[in-house]
Amino acid sequence: MSELLIIGGHVIDPASGVDAPRDVLVRDWKIAAIEEPGRLANLTKSLPKELRIDASGCVVSPGFIDVHVHLREPGQTHKETIATGTAAAAAGGFTTVVAMPNTTPVNDSAESLAWMTDAARNSAVHLLAMPAATVGSMGERITDFAALVKAGAVGFTDDGKPVLEDHIMRAALVAAARLGVPISQHAEDTRLSGGCSMNAGPVAFRLGLRGMTVEAESRIVERDIRLLEEIERAEGLRPHLHVQHVSTARALDAIRNAKARGLHVTCEAAPHHFTLTDERVGDYDTNAKMNPPLRCEADRRAVIAALLDGTVDCIATDHAPHASHEKEVEFERAPNGITGLETALGLAMRVLHKENSLPLARIVELMSTRPAAVVGLKGRGTLRVGGAGDVTVFNAGAEWLFDARQSRSISKNTPFDGAAMLGQVKATVCRGRVIFRG
Amino acid sequence: MGTLTREAAAREGAAAFFAGREYHPGSLLSVEDLSVADVAEILATTSELEAMDVSARAKVLEWRTLALLFYESSTRTRTSFELAAKSLGATTTLVSDKSSSIEKGESLKDTGLTLRALGAEAIVLRHPASGAPELLARVTGLPVLNAGDGMHQHPTQALLDLRTILLRLNRDAATATADTLRGVTVAITGDIRHSRVARSNAMLLPRLGAKVILCGPQELLPEEASDLLAGNELPSGAGIEIARNFDAALECADVAMMLRIQKERLLGTALDLGEYVARYQLNGARLARYPKLLVMHPGPIIRGLEIAGEVADSAQSAIEEQVAQGLAVRRAVLVRALGVRQ
Repeated sequence: MSELLIIGGHVIDPASGVDAPRDVLVRDWKIAAIEEPGRLANLTKSLPKELRIDASGCVVSPGFIDVHVHLREPGQTHKETIATGTAAAAAGGFTTVVAMPNTTPVNDSAESLAWMTDAARNSAVHLLAMPAATVGSMGERITDFAALVKAGAVGFTDDGKPVLEDHIMRAALVAAARLGVPISQHAEDTRLSGGCSMNAGPVAFRLGLRGMTVEAESRIVERDIRLLEEIERAEGLRPHLHVQHVSTARALDAIRNAKARGLHVTCEAAPHHFTLTDERVGDYDTNAKMNPPLRCEADRRAVIAALLDGTVDCIATDHAPHASHEKEVEFERAPNGITGLETALGLAMRVLHKENSLPLARIVELMSTRPAAVVGLKGRGTLRVGGAGDVTVFNAGAEWLFDARQSRSISKNTPFDGAAMLGQVKATVCRGRVIFRG
Repeated sequence: MGTLTREAAAREGAAAFFAGREYHPGSLLSVEDLSVADVAEILATTSELEAMDVSARAKVLEWRTLALLFYESSTRTRTSFELAAKSLGATTTLVSDKSSSIEKGESLKDTGLTLRALGAEAIVLRHPASGAPELLARVTGLPVLNAGDGMHQHPTQALLDLRTILLRLNRDAATATADTLRGVTVAITGDIRHSRVARSNAMLLPRLGAKVILCGPQELLPEEASDLLAGNELPSGAGIEIARNFDAALECADVAMMLRIQKERLLGTALDLGEYVARYQLNGARLARYPKLLVMHPGPIIRGLEIAGEVADSAQSAIEEQVAQGLAVRRAVLVRALGVRQ
């Protein structure tokens, strides 16, 4: 029997409605008790120091869940490995991450999925995977969804690329609906975005860079929503579309309307899209290059509004490590993406909580409760007794500066080096074990 | 600088890339880097160098070393930078993507560090990717002169165009103020979207008092072009306007700057080549209506497309003079880059 006691903190667990000072006992990888202060006093004395976490002045929340990370293993381990990426996740307060399939080779089979999630990879947190929706993510033929779900897939995606063809996307939505998992779509009409390296608009024009229009995103979102309606009508199924890293007001409007009509659509927003605009590209800073790109201020405000009104279900980092030599090239040639696991909470707290008055409980919902629901995780995203012993303890008032050199990730490609953060992880507990102490 | 090891240079370059955004002050990456006072100084230096005795001028950059790094073909810019450097006594070396290790996949950074290790004190760069000069300047710490990058900037072209205009309009070409081009309207016509020349001129001339009219069809001239100087305080009467009608633009213009049009760029537009020529070509009939209009073109010109041959050859054309001014102005920016005070 192993025990861990988290004492003196303020528990926020939206799933069970707790928002009060509570002590938390984790026993044998599960939440064993949530009690008012003092009730676990006997235990407090008997447990050795390393099995106690002093959470005084801190929020105690269910472990954070990131439904969108790139861990680069297998094939690109100079950028990241599962061990280093998940160590960064632990430092950021995450206890579960969902790995995207654009590894080398692409994760599109039960064998590659099993290899990735094998204990030998030394993941620090719960590692889940969304394998490719199409073979090799080539967009031509859907993968063996049934076998992959049996092997543990929590959804399917060709992330980095869209599932472009109508009939393929339709087939993927139907097959996923039968298995009760989402299709997670990278919404980009690549027929409109070829050669584009940033957001279309005055900044791109001044810099002489081809700009990606908002329509490149919204057209795919609107198309996918039409497919959902069609499938509900024709097949009597209820497919689940999850839209990744939504960055534009127009796509968010489409999602908001679809939700109002009762369709099963969820979506995520990335911290960089609610924090930065395309002005941040500055004089060709490749650490401000990602896909979808940083947008204009009106779109940034729209992402925040959609986080506030619940249109956005969860915050996902799209953690995308790249080696410095890969980023230190001509802007148009640089790969897309930035790291994000260690800055997600600090930015969400600063931008959403402090600057836009989003309550703490809603931050916890966006980081834990609702991402658990998006990928259908039972017993996670909550501190209910009997649920997983995954807990994040953070000081909501701590102001600090992010130092990329201190990152657990192999790569340091972030536009937030030196940026102000609010809210600091004090401890991360996964399966009842302390995996990070700040 | 010259004694740095390659490793130290790489470290230093990376540090500059990720932390600071500092460039060597002799760099000329964009016309945005130039204050009006900087422009005045470059024009003054240009005139001084021009007035010098040839043999005295050949000592100005004696024993100095300059690398010309060209990833794109060029006639005018490359030759004039090279002749400008040689007329000042500098040693030049030309590296082009076709005949170097760039073909073997060497990065821009490593190419720049190699040139620096070989003693290059400044690099003139032409590159098809917008922002490549910024990268090269960051990683080498050397003065980098942008000789044209993608669709972004071609600052020496704007400077030579400025000097050509000043001389042709009989204004003082040895200095610049916010009033230098007061009352002057410059119509830049053609494929603005893809033109680094248009951006450079539109972002320089209004700060000296000019009104710039950008003219072309929607597909080649998006509305956001009028925001190029957003945030700048401009002299009264100066600014950037957008016009779709070429004849209306010519009606107000003192200078018509024509841009080369690439046939393949018209493919995505509502215009075919014939229509483009009918609506936007500067031809003899149009020129005849404006006998005082100054005709300019950065080259290469496609006779019979954006400009009629007879117009390019007319007395109102300053096209060859522009080329000659390129040599003069590039001498001055080389002297500025290498930190030689006159």
